[in-house]
Amino acid sequence: MVVFDKPHALIDVPLHYCPGCTHGIIHRLVAEVIDELGIEGNTIGIAPVGCSVMAYNYFNCDMIEAAHGRAPAVATGVKRADPEHNIVFTYQGDGDLASIGMAETVHAAARNENITVIFINNAIYGMTGGQMAPTSLPGQVTQTSPYGRDVNHCGYPIKVCEMLSKLDGPEYLERVTVDNVKHIRAAKKAIKKAFQNQLDGKGFSLVEVISSCPTNWGMTPKKALEWIESDMIPYYPLGVYKDRTAEKEAE
Amino acid sequence: MAKLTFKTDNCKGCGLCVDACPKGILIIAADKINKKGHHPAECADMEKCIGCASCAMMCPDCIIKVER
Repeated sequence: MVVFDKPHALIDVPLHYCPGCTHGIIHRLVAEVIDELGIEGNTIGIAPVGCSVMAYNYFNCDMIEAAHGRAPAVATGVKRADPEHNIVFTYQGDGDLASIGMAETVHAAARNENITVIFINNAIYGMTGGQMAPTSLPGQVTQTSPYGRDVNHCGYPIKVCEMLSKLDGPEYLERVTVDNVKHIRAAKKAIKKAFQNQLDGKGFSLVEVISSCPTNWGMTPKKALEWIESDMIPYYPLGVYKDRTAEKEAE
Repeated sequence: MAKLTFKTDNCKGCGLCVDACPKGILIIAADKINKKGHHPAECADMEKCIGCASCAMMCPDCIIKVER
């Protein structure tokens, strides 16, 4: 009996990511959810600009490549063109979603657009060679902050889930990570809920996945996962930041 | 008995599966090199494998198939 195999929604090609990069794990979780919900034929993914720019090579569903940061805007159009049939998800990194695409993200959330957003937060610009991102931690050493991020000069990191949770618009916001098997199971549950919300017509669902970047953090893959646990999770606490359906039920 | 199948040529030798294995039976084969030029992961003692799929869950490149 097969206990674990590559999901059908993930194309059987080698991924271009660096060794130990957790993008591959998150790709797989999204593909597993697409398989389990049986929505591969109706799903349209929106690829970002960043390390995951070539996500369209890996998912078996239809994919569109958006301009840098504009994935939620493209997703809005795709969803509104045929809301009955199209299941739309965007897959964005922190440079795409939290930097150049912040306006599109905030407004898509405020409008409660019925789309699913998978947000990969690895606290650095991976594709361009490890520059400081809006999500880089205070004191974090990057190419453009060689003495560590000085908050007096560069400001503070943006906590996307906390910020969006103050809006009345979004339906579901959760922060998860993929640094161990237990957290990966929780991450999959959150991603599945984000897709299910869209199927149920509930609205904007965003799952922030704390991810690693061993190459640009200058660590081994193992050390990078430990750094998530020791440094990133204390600054970006995991959990559900907004779940309107649960809030209504609680009332 | 559990069985692991590795798509060795897609392995990047990151070693996350080695750390995830509760039985400690996975290794990075220092004496082998795959198509990409990495030392691939392999199972040193298949008899001890319990088929928990922790390695496959952690593998970023989804190269491990687990059967039980």
